[in-house]
Amino acid sequence: MHSNAYTYRFIIILTGIAALLLSLASTSLKARQDFNRALDTKRNVLKAVGEYSQGMKGQDIEKAYKQNITERFVDSSGNISQQETELPLYIYGPGSQPKGFILFVSGKGLWSTVNGFLALQPDCNTVMGITFYEHGETPGLGGEIEKDWFTSQFVGKQIFDKSGKLVSIRIAKGLATRGSLHEVDGISGSTLTGNGLNQFIKQDLEAYSKFLQKQILKLAGKDVADGR
Amino acid sequence: MAGKNTKIFADPINENNPITRQVLGICSALAVTVKMDTAIVMTLALTFVLVFSNIIISMMRNLIPAKVRIIVFLTVIASLVILADQLLKAFLFDISKQLSVFVGLIITNCIVMGRAEAFATQNPVKESALDGLGNSLGYGLILILVAFFRELLGSGTLLGFQIVPQALYDIGFQDMGLMLLAPGAFIVLGLLIWVQRTIIGYTEE
Repeated sequence: MHSNAYTYRFIIILTGIAALLLSLASTSLKARQDFNRALDTKRNVLKAVGEYSQGMKGQDIEKAYKQNITERFVDSSGNISQQETELPLYIYGPGSQPKGFILFVSGKGLWSTVNGFLALQPDCNTVMGITFYEHGETPGLGGEIEKDWFTSQFVGKQIFDKSGKLVSIRIAKGLATRGSLHEVDGISGSTLTGNGLNQFIKQDLEAYSKFLQKQILKLAGKDVADGR
Repeated sequence: MAGKNTKIFADPINENNPITRQVLGICSALAVTVKMDTAIVMTLALTFVLVFSNIIISMMRNLIPAKVRIIVFLTVIASLVILADQLLKAFLFDISKQLSVFVGLIITNCIVMGRAEAFATQNPVKESALDGLGNSLGYGLILILVAFFRELLGSGTLLGFQIVPQALYDIGFQDMGLMLLAPGAFIVLGLLIWVQRTIIGYTEE
């Protein structure tokens, strides 16, 4: 039988070695992991606007991203700026006429922080696409939020109601109200993940709302000028 | 002596298979077998963890204080699992996303802890390494077999390549959706156990 002092010594040395090895591995692999993560972010931005197709390799993603996406930020008064703020904005489309805007949405699902991108048409109302990534929800239940069958439901939905009020898009518990422009079907068994998503999508859209309103006004102004 | 080592290695692949005979590691066997590539990567990850945990624990077998041995096993296993997870994130990012939490859950895979307690603490390094390899291959064999049937019947593909020809779909053939869900894995696994028990002539007393 080993003495207590030996047991303590053994455990301390063992944990010391384990900690050392793991931190070594973590620091030496960090560069590659960060690179992968950045690539995954780009992939998801492209996916939100439908520019990503299955089987695209790293280089293809970099190329498509460079061609299609301009990285900007939204400042506190709702203008597009180059200065880094808490609200990243990805402008879709080359040239001065944007084909869409991609907003970053993020918040708590049920177990984990869920990150996602919500792409809007130039009218800043109709959804072009949405992706969720880097989440730790239960695979098969809450994890289904990243699947195409779920995200494709968002396409064509609207975030403003007829009176121009921001209503966001709600994930229903069960089936969405038929013909609703602001609801999608929920996932059975993951109502709580859905609730989390509902909350943070709305919150993040509100954060962006100054920018969205400005764009809508600008668009309306242009229509008048065009004599439409 | 050579015969004994062969037995250590080969037994868990067939007669004493950790999944079909000891019914360990079922959780991941259900979860990662929808597609063959995830099953293969999971097998590799488990092989890495199991072989090294057996080697390390066997090397320390005379030093480990008996009172805290389970904690020591857990420290070794958890460190190896984190290492495997980090490596996957760095080199096989897409697959590591598909495997999601299941690589982390190797920590709780009873096969690893079971081999540490039952074999590595009582046997020299070489035998323990063989035992670890045999058990992970036994686990992997079943995983890949289950994945083979699930991917072929559920998606009509193998390793992502289309196997079921379009002509069959045109005359009304449909993929078996059940195979993509957990019950599909249970059914395939049950059939495999049945086949294996018939072959080796094992009956429950």
